Amino acid sequence: MTDDSPTGNAPRTVARVLRDRSEQIAQRWADLPLFQAVFTVTRDEAVEACHSVLESLAQVAETGRVDDIEAPGFGTIRQQLAAMSASRSRSGLSVGQIDREVGALGAAPVEILEREAEDADGRDVLLARLLWTELLSTFRVVVIETTLQENREIVDRQRQQLMEMGTPVIKLWDRLVAVPLIGMLDSARSQVVMENLLEAIVEHNANMAILDITGVPTVDSLVAQHLMKTVASARLMGADCVISGIRPAIAQTIVQLGLDLGPVTTRATLADALELALERQNTNVQGLPPRA
Amino acid sequence: MSTDERTSFRLPVRNDADLMTVRQRVRGLSQEQGFGLVQQTKLVTAASELARNTLIHGGGGSVTVELSTDGDGRTGITLVFSDEGPGIPDIALALRDGYSTAGGLGMGLSGSKRLVDDFEVETTPGEGTAVTATLWSGPPLNGRR
Ligand SMILES: Nc1ncnc2c1ncn2[C@@H]1O[C@H](COP(=O)(O)OP(=O)(O)OP(=O)(O)O)[C@@H](O)[C@H]1O
Ligand SMILES: [Mg+2]
Repeated sequence: MTDDSPTGNAPRTVARVLRDRSEQIAQRWADLPLFQAVFTVTRDEAVEACHSVLESLAQVAETGRVDDIEAPGFGTIRQQLAAMSASRSRSGLSVGQIDREVGALGAAPVEILEREAEDADGRDVLLARLLWTELLSTFRVVVIETTLQENREIVDRQRQQLMEMGTPVIKLWDRLVAVPLIGMLDSARSQVVMENLLEAIVEHNANMAILDITGVPTVDSLVAQHLMKTVASARLMGADCVISGIRPAIAQTIVQLGLDLGPVTTRATLADALELALERQNTNVQGLPPRA
Repeated sequence: MSTDERTSFRLPVRNDADLMTVRQRVRGLSQEQGFGLVQQTKLVTAASELARNTLIHGGGGSVTVELSTDGDGRTGITLVFSDEGPGIPDIALALRDGYSTAGGLGMGLSGSKRLVDDFEVETTPGEGTAVTATLWSGPPLNGRR
């Protein structure tokens, strides 16, 4: 023993193996699903990615901070890990399955360490194996963490997309736009609706807009307030609004609640609202008899 | 009137997601109990108003949902929203249509009272508020209300 710290030469041994045998290990890792399934264009690309993971692990080993998920060495590959785990997630793997794939990286370095044991100090090699095991466990946590973080970002993005997808503004007719609202109209949603609607009014030079609430499950005083604000803003932009899709149960409830949609024109169905809008524009859908 | 222990539950009212859960659970229960569509809509709307008051004015709290039956075999759903917020200094004023201290329409409390059969506000300034609302499955009998 040349070192009396509890891990002895282990950090240096592990770092040395990871660097000196980088090519050998990378060639084996590149055939594992974690790399092979992600870097599908060329094998060189996979090997290259293995090298950067190995270098980052060597750096962490060298500093001895093998149990520290915040070790600076991991920093350099976080982005690469995020891209890899995102790719595996897209292939349908769960976080647990990805973790097992990362665990499979342990074998190649262990075999090399064992072969070295034959012509080196046994205790040093044993300590190096322990250190490598610990380093791999930490690395697994880093990957899980990166994967979860990535998933959170995906969920946030999807939520945002859903919100925008859920509020498309459709041009129904010359100068007539409609928004079919689906889902609960909370403050965030109604803000998006309002922005999309006002933009569409300008874009299509609309003078009428239909807000269809068939898909809104509950109309309480806050939803009503949002609807009225939207109607008032549309009016400022020069478009009159018609609210359609007020189901009978909702109509009764609105009245009993004491809400006064006041100056807002309402119609039972989208078709009724369309008819009204076209009538006001003195236009008729072909085949639709003009109303007396 | 007896309380059915198996179907009583409590839900937190601490954020916007909780409001959604409250609406969904109240809708689900009223459907299960055979409430008509109008009754369901009234109860869910009252729940939405009261839950939002608990969250916004009461600073968050919880709701207890309970089933009961009366002598005529009707089923009642009782919602008790409670918080440990500032309380309501003047209940009559708060129950006035259009009165709001928060720039709202001021229709939530008075409107909910109209939507349900039994309605009660208990409040102590500085200690909190409990609003109890019950809707029965059928029309009022024997001079109820
Ligand atoms: N749980 C509560 N704790 C304290 N104050 C309350 C509570 N519930 C209602 N209030 C008071 O009563 C007032 C009237 O409530 P109400 O629900 O009718 O109107 P609002 O919440 O202000 O507006 P909205 O029409 O959007 O519901 C509130 O502005 C508030 O001052
Ligand atoms: Mg309110």
